[in-house]
Amino acid sequence: MTARASHQPPGRYRFRHLARMEWIKLRSLRSTWLTLALAVIAPAGIALATGGSNTTSGGMFVSNTLVGMLIGVLLTGVAGVLAMTSEYTSGTISATFAAAPRRLRVLAAKAAVIGAAALITGEAEAILSFFAGGMTLHHGITAPALSQPGVLRAIVLTGASLSLTGLFGLGLGAIIRHTAAAITVVVGIVFVGGTFIGQSDFAIRPYLPLYIVSHSLGATGPACLPGMASCWLSPWSGLGLLAGYAAIAMLLGGLILAGRDA
Amino acid sequence: MIEVCGLTKRYGSTVAVDRLSFDVPPGAVTGFLGLNGSGKSTTMRMILGLDAPDAGHARIGGQAYRQLRWPLREAGGLLESRAFHPGRSARDHLAALAASNAIRQSRVDEVLELVGLQAVARKRAGKFSLGMAQRLGIAAALLGDPAVLLLDEPVNGLDAEGIRWIRGLLRSLAAEGRAVLVSSHLISEMALMADRLVVIGKGRLLADTTAAELSGRAPSLEEAFLQITGDSAQYQARNLS
Ligand SMILES: Nc1ncnc2c1ncn2[C@@H]1O[C@H](COP(=O)(O)OP(=O)(O)OP(=O)(O)O)[C@@H](O)[C@H]1O
Ligand SMILES: [Mg+2]
Repeated sequence: MTARASHQPPGRYRFRHLARMEWIKLRSLRSTWLTLALAVIAPAGIALATGGSNTTSGGMFVSNTLVGMLIGVLLTGVAGVLAMTSEYTSGTISATFAAAPRRLRVLAAKAAVIGAAALITGEAEAILSFFAGGMTLHHGITAPALSQPGVLRAIVLTGASLSLTGLFGLGLGAIIRHTAAAITVVVGIVFVGGTFIGQSDFAIRPYLPLYIVSHSLGATGPACLPGMASCWLSPWSGLGLLAGYAAIAMLLGGLILAGRDA
Repeated sequence: MIEVCGLTKRYGSTVAVDRLSFDVPPGAVTGFLGLNGSGKSTTMRMILGLDAPDAGHARIGGQAYRQLRWPLREAGGLLESRAFHPGRSARDHLAALAASNAIRQSRVDEVLELVGLQAVARKRAGKFSLGMAQRLGIAAALLGDPAVLLLDEPVNGLDAEGIRWIRGLLRSLAAEGRAVLVSSHLISEMALMADRLVVIGKGRLLADTTAAELSGRAPSLEEAFLQITGDSAQYQARNLS
């Protein structure tokens, strides 16, 4: 119709274009870098400060040093929420969906970028915490070597959990859209609230996210000991369940994103 | 070219847009006029695929918005005046949008210069005045050098110089062969800017005409506008007597 229509390049916008868009969005906010820095440094600091409280050289050391990782779990959960809700509160979402009306593709691109950033952060955090914890041990107590059974697995899986909680937050952000409400649900109800419930209800405790991170993923020993009220999930089942939670949140978020007016 | 065909949108019992049909031809500025709450923004959001219509459809260059291969290269929209994250710089905001449609990054600096924001391009956009925010929105709409432009109240918050600038910009964009749809609730502004006028009230088409034809209907253009929109006024002020 007009002379202008002719200078369209071949093809169409793809996932990789959207992933680039989301990466630029993520890296161009100062809050991203502050969150990542806090997520890496705080847990290592806690591991450093509490290293001296280890009284044995056994496997408890690993889960002790990884306790600070729960901060990282909360932070990436919140970062995931914000990646979605900040677009709604600022109105950026209409620019985003006008640029890329295939909304599920946009959500997938966001998931890839948030998931990868949280994974790298989580692994860095876990490794740093492990070595920081080993630096302040009392005389005569030694940290287990990475080559000991379960040690490397505990570090890698705990680090990976940040990616899953980031995606969980992203999905909830797509469902709820309001920053304060979504953060309340993720942090207040799912993480903190769940932890309180778990203190009194031992039957559901092994299935609650923070207990999975601290007792299943971070464990080097058996998930079940004689005399325990209920067993923890094995590390891989724990990771699978966390992935399941993230998948459900993302699936519902995707359905709502596709169906509701932007 | 934009085609709007029987477009309808309901919010509960309110009918925001009611079987609305009109065309926005290339090479002209089409003014989209209506009183507050008459359904202009809702119509534009449906054209851009942001809100789903309850009936009817809109097409851009013959295609539904969702089918466009490179949406930003085919249509540029300005909807809300602050459709960006306050913590992000104007440059990064545009760079992200450009990436989504494989638009070369040097185009970002071009549009920043075009709207006069290059000096503040690296500052956090949250600090922008309303006029600057509006300019950033216009830069985003122009990013893909699109054949179709939809601007919802673009003069909002602009000073006299800014308004004149936008008028000239829209005229030259239309002269290049683009289809330009620009909404306003101010008839005087539209008379200076638009070749054609699409007037709506309560979501319905009231007139599809030109400013010259409209002003022939009453002693003044404003008078004519108020006459045709009169019965459809959503929020009528009561006269104090
Ligand atoms: N999300 C929504 N939920 C409920 N009602 C809505 C929604 N969006 C718009 N409306 C209603 O639809 C009608 C049309 O609104 P719209 O914003 O499209 O008008 P407008 O012509 O852009 O007005 P203005 O000149 O004030 O910008 C109004 O009655 C408004 O209250
Ligand atoms: Mg409006």
